[in-house]
Amino acid sequence: MATAPQEAASGPGLPQLDFTTFGNQIFWLAIALVATYFILSRIALPRIAAVLAERQGSITNDLAAAEDLKAKAVEAEAAYNKALADARAEAQTIIAQAKAEIKADLDKAMAKADAEISARAAEGEKKIAEIRANAMESVKAVAKDTAAEIVAAMGGKADGRTVTAAVNARMKG
Amino acid sequence: MATEAQGAAEGGLVFHPMDQFMVKPLFGDGAVGIFTLTNVTFWMALTVLAIFGLLVLGTSGRATIPTRTQSIAELAYDFIRKMVEDVAGKDGLVFFPYIMTLFLFILFANILGLLPMAFTTTSHIAVTAVLAMLVFLTVTIVGFVKNGAGFLGLFWVSSAPLPLRPILALIEVISYFVRPVSHSIRLAGNMMAGHAVIKVFAAFAPMIVISTGIGLVVTPLSILAISTIYALEVLVACIQAYVFTILTCVYLKDALHPHH
Repeated sequence: MATAPQEAASGPGLPQLDFTTFGNQIFWLAIALVATYFILSRIALPRIAAVLAERQGSITNDLAAAEDLKAKAVEAEAAYNKALADARAEAQTIIAQAKAEIKADLDKAMAKADAEISARAAEGEKKIAEIRANAMESVKAVAKDTAAEIVAAMGGKADGRTVTAAVNARMKG
Repeated sequence: MATEAQGAAEGGLVFHPMDQFMVKPLFGDGAVGIFTLTNVTFWMALTVLAIFGLLVLGTSGRATIPTRTQSIAELAYDFIRKMVEDVAGKDGLVFFPYIMTLFLFILFANILGLLPMAFTTTSHIAVTAVLAMLVFLTVTIVGFVKNGAGFLGLFWVSSAPLPLRPILALIEVISYFVRPVSHSIRLAGNMMAGHAVIKVFAAFAPMIVISTGIGLVVTPLSILAISTIYALEVLVACIQAYVFTILTCVYLKDALHPHH
């Protein structure tokens, strides 16, 4: 019994084709659309645009700052490398200098030692020569005495001069 | 209520898949006048409130690192803005707030309409026709204001052989005027069909109360069908909002750059 008025209200078929409700729907739709449009264009969209722009800005800034820091790091690395190279070069000079000094000292000491050695050798040679000369003299004296004794023993009379000449001649030969 | 009583009295299933689309006054049982507060008013108000909630309250923090709600609002903003820029061109960005309004209104009306017991405002041809006519009028007016008579070049396909051009022009003119019709009926039809199908399956769901034997099979099946179609309808709700919006952008492109 209640279906009759309802069917009358909604028409024979689709509620969508019930033209009596069109005015109502269009009226409220217009209000809803205008309200939405104003909410969006006055508040929401500018706000979101600002937020997005701000984010973009801070991202750009951060990237620039990062780029700066990176450049600084590269600079620091270069400075470090340079300091290292300088230190190395300095160390090399110091080493070369020390080497040269040591070599000079060494050379000096060597020269001194050489001189001392040659001096000693010369002295030694001189002593040897002396000793040899002494020995020669002694041999000559002994040979003369021996020769004179031998001649005497054989019954001859040894003339000193002849003996000395004979001994000298033998020793030379 | 009366119809349900009647159906129960007959001891059969109650099929009223179209009842959900009826425009009813919120208070009382009177006729629906232009200014009557109806379920249309209620659900459109909810739509506007939802848009307000997402795009205004959601972004009230203005955070550089967004909250979840704010990032959804930003996503929607970027999505539509990019669409307008890509499809309609840079000079189409003037219409961005307008297109955003259309998109959000349709999207939220569609999604809110999926709530159980809800009324889907976008399932009504009266609503979608107004939306489509707004687009049609905007495109036509902007086209003539920007290009003058050159806008008619839209119908004159200069790349076609000369003898074919008048025929093509006729077809182009017809298709131009059919645009708002297809534009509006596509949206309303999609919404209406899905909701009606859900309602039909819902009518089968209480079968188990009427007849236990058949109901054991039919009730789970219909509940499964409702769930499946509901998921599909969520997809359709978003896709139809997207389709309506991108078509608006395409039509706007015609108005701004009428030459093929």
